[in-house]
Amino acid sequence: MIYDVAIVGAGVSGAATAWQLSHYDVKTILLEKNADVGMGISKANSGIVHGGFHHPASTLKAKLEIRGNLMFERLQHELDFPFKRTGILVAAFSEDEMPTIRKLYEQGLANGVHTLEMCGRERMLRLEPKLNPDVVGGFYAPGGGTVEPYRYVFSLVESATLNGVNLLCNWRLIKGFHDGDHWHLCSEDGGEIEARYVVNAAGLYADDVSRVCGGEIFHIHPRKGEEYLLDRSSAARPEHVIFPVPSAHSKGVLVIPTAEGTTMIGPTADPVEDKTDTETTANHLQRIMVLVRNMITGISQRDLITSFAGLRPVLDTEDFYIAPSEKAPCFIQVAGIQSPGLTASPAIGEYVKDLLKEQGLCLMEKSRFTYELRPHRHARSETPESLQRLHAENPAWTHIVCRCEKISEAEIVEAVRKGHTTLDGVKFYTRAGMGRCQGGFCSAKIMKIISRESGIPLEELTKRGGKSRLLAGKLGELEVKA
Amino acid sequence: MMETIQTTTIDVAVIGAGAAGLSAAAVTAAAGRSTVVIDREGMTGGILRQCIHNGFGLRYFKEELTGPEFAQRMFVKARDAGARFQLDATVTELKKLEDGKLQLQVLSAKDGVQLIEARAVVLAMGCRERNRGNIATPGTRPAGVFTAGSAQKLLNIEGRLPGTSAVIVGSGDIGLIMARRLRWSGIEVKAVVEIMPYPSGLTRNIVQCLHDFNIPLWLEHSVVRIYGKDRVEGVDVAPLVNGMPDMEKKFHIDCDTLLFSVGLIPENELAVNAGVQLNPATGGAMVDANYETNVPGIFSAGNVLHVHDLVDFVAEEAARAAAMVLKRLDGEDAAATTQPATAGANLKYVVPNSFFPGRRTVFSFRPLIVTDNGLLTATLGGKEIWRKRVPFVRPAEMLTAELDGALLTGDGELVFKLEKEASHD
Repeated sequence: MIYDVAIVGAGVSGAATAWQLSHYDVKTILLEKNADVGMGISKANSGIVHGGFHHPASTLKAKLEIRGNLMFERLQHELDFPFKRTGILVAAFSEDEMPTIRKLYEQGLANGVHTLEMCGRERMLRLEPKLNPDVVGGFYAPGGGTVEPYRYVFSLVESATLNGVNLLCNWRLIKGFHDGDHWHLCSEDGGEIEARYVVNAAGLYADDVSRVCGGEIFHIHPRKGEEYLLDRSSAARPEHVIFPVPSAHSKGVLVIPTAEGTTMIGPTADPVEDKTDTETTANHLQRIMVLVRNMITGISQRDLITSFAGLRPVLDTEDFYIAPSEKAPCFIQVAGIQSPGLTASPAIGEYVKDLLKEQGLCLMEKSRFTYELRPHRHARSETPESLQRLHAENPAWTHIVCRCEKISEAEIVEAVRKGHTTLDGVKFYTRAGMGRCQGGFCSAKIMKIISRESGIPLEELTKRGGKSRLLAGKLGELEVKA
Repeated sequence: MMETIQTTTIDVAVIGAGAAGLSAAAVTAAAGRSTVVIDREGMTGGILRQCIHNGFGLRYFKEELTGPEFAQRMFVKARDAGARFQLDATVTELKKLEDGKLQLQVLSAKDGVQLIEARAVVLAMGCRERNRGNIATPGTRPAGVFTAGSAQKLLNIEGRLPGTSAVIVGSGDIGLIMARRLRWSGIEVKAVVEIMPYPSGLTRNIVQCLHDFNIPLWLEHSVVRIYGKDRVEGVDVAPLVNGMPDMEKKFHIDCDTLLFSVGLIPENELAVNAGVQLNPATGGAMVDANYETNVPGIFSAGNVLHVHDLVDFVAEEAARAAAMVLKRLDGEDAAATTQPATAGANLKYVVPNSFFPGRRTVFSFRPLIVTDNGLLTATLGGKEIWRKRVPFVRPAEMLTAELDGALLTGDGELVFKLEKEASHD
């Protein structure tokens, strides 16, 4: 069959586009090279819903950031993912920084963000008593917030697939050509997908995808950001996202109260060569600790539970590149979606949908669209009474598998049945293994549940697909040397 | 109906069915107090179940046992004394009710949500392992990184191989035991890397698990980088100079597996939520000489109180704590006056943190120094009241002191300190 639209890449941009298109009578397929969706740039970032003041009104970034920000309540209501409008505080620690604060504030106003508030020292400390008392002032953006980015992508994809979009994971594009009528997209393992339109939402690899499809030649430069996660018991967790005064290349190192109750510190911003370089380093940890302790003095390295790094897909222009290709027909480029890409993503989906329409895609609204996903239930957030009712339907609801995050067997089984069959897939879907013991106690239990539900033998389970095998075999299979 | 939440009432609720919990339950149940032991796992024994090596019980049972054997004997004692067991059950909340009773919320597949009201609670939850994230080991995040205990569980309980060639980070006892266990399973062990100038595990484990297998132990070295995108491919190891890695002298080791044995953290989140105060030096509760926390009726013993070296001491400590629980249930009030006990020079901590004047008390310590010529002393109100020669002092091994009630009279603070005795040769 020939699809109307093939979207390459199931990160936030691709998923939001698929979700938009799922409202219409078009046949859409979402193609993902990884074993699960949202596991690239979308997984490893700060999870900030930005406040609309960092970028000038002339940029596509600012336009889509402001529109995207406003769409999150509706999305959360329909798609049920962790999102909190915590508010953002940008804090200055010397009078020298105040002119930049003033500039950002005015830029926000010019962008149409009318809720920003300039704050003196007392106001800042009143809003956020955990701030370093050396703060001299700053401003408050009540419209900013935090979202769990991977949960958000899972929800977009779940709704899109519920409404008819097809999803293929472990599908890596190596070549694409237009035969005069439509596109042929070829995968590494010999698969072929035919589609009338192609959306290139391939994140770090958008330059490669454009090149192998005969589109524009451009370069994505990975810019690495390391992040460190603190336990939910950390006394230093603030109420708001705390930003420093930004530099030219980065919004700076932040203190982030995540929507799920932990505290994240980071990210750094360093250009790297390798698009798979997500290593963390000792130097950067030390740098981050110094920077965040300047903002909230109580942050302690003792509360660290894990670290990770993500890569921003940076274009030379530093703006988003979302436009129909001028070289490849019926091909929409969605590239350079770095910060504030997550915030902008709902609007990116809408914008790409409109571009497809301009390119001639016929969009007829579906007569039957399922708006609301069935809410995800979590043992950790049920009352004892409602949990008891759930137990009456399914005893697995009161079998706690992940002790640190209080995740029940029922939630893990649901994740596996929805196709998340890697340890990371289950972790990001359910939070099992994300807590303070980092899977020390529950990994083996989760692996057994995945194996039981999916039929994949224990020894063949992977952390995140590919060659990331978790075990080397059965006891007794190796020769014991004397 | 199915949806109502049942409340049961009991004298003693013990949280955790490892050595500490079983030992405490055996004491309270034998005295005729209704006792329930709650554990997340389907079998009692806790971490002992996966410790299939021997070396347990020499002190407590006067014979050498494996972990499962030790656990089984402790279970039989508690069961025969009349303790009840609620397994595959997780305590999700512990709180003090207005009438002074303690309430536990328990979740299990079998019974759903249950409430247990207890007159006394013994915290015996043990520890979790410190992991790679806690110590922020730099590098990639591939498959093949395990804590030593989780690899032990995979091998000994699930019968699965965690990898084919390993480096062990940290020289804690579980890591040392696992070095030998991996070798016996056909898994190559390339090195054990320890940041301290001395091993963190017991000397006997260094000998029996490393020396006997020619496994190199790199003291004052650190893993400074993990390689591998999908699965671990190797590590860089560098010597430490004044605590900082000397990157000029780093070297590479190929391996597909990393085991972290870098310390244990008492699993006290339940206690903290119940208002129990912790001791930053142990990560366990602050307790008086009754092993009672600041929340009346909540007691603590075993590794959740402080990390022990031998399970025998865990069982003994929990039995002492349980005897105090019985006194409390018999109506004996907490003594009105307690005096503080603190750790002085070269001691990481002392447990308990206070004593009752005139009552015999057993104190436990962790030394911070290595010496073959130590002197442990106690002063009360500035006056020395007790001293003991300790010929073999290692941070991996606990020290204890039993002080008679007659010594523990007088005002002021009880301070323990450890010194290297001047040699007499």
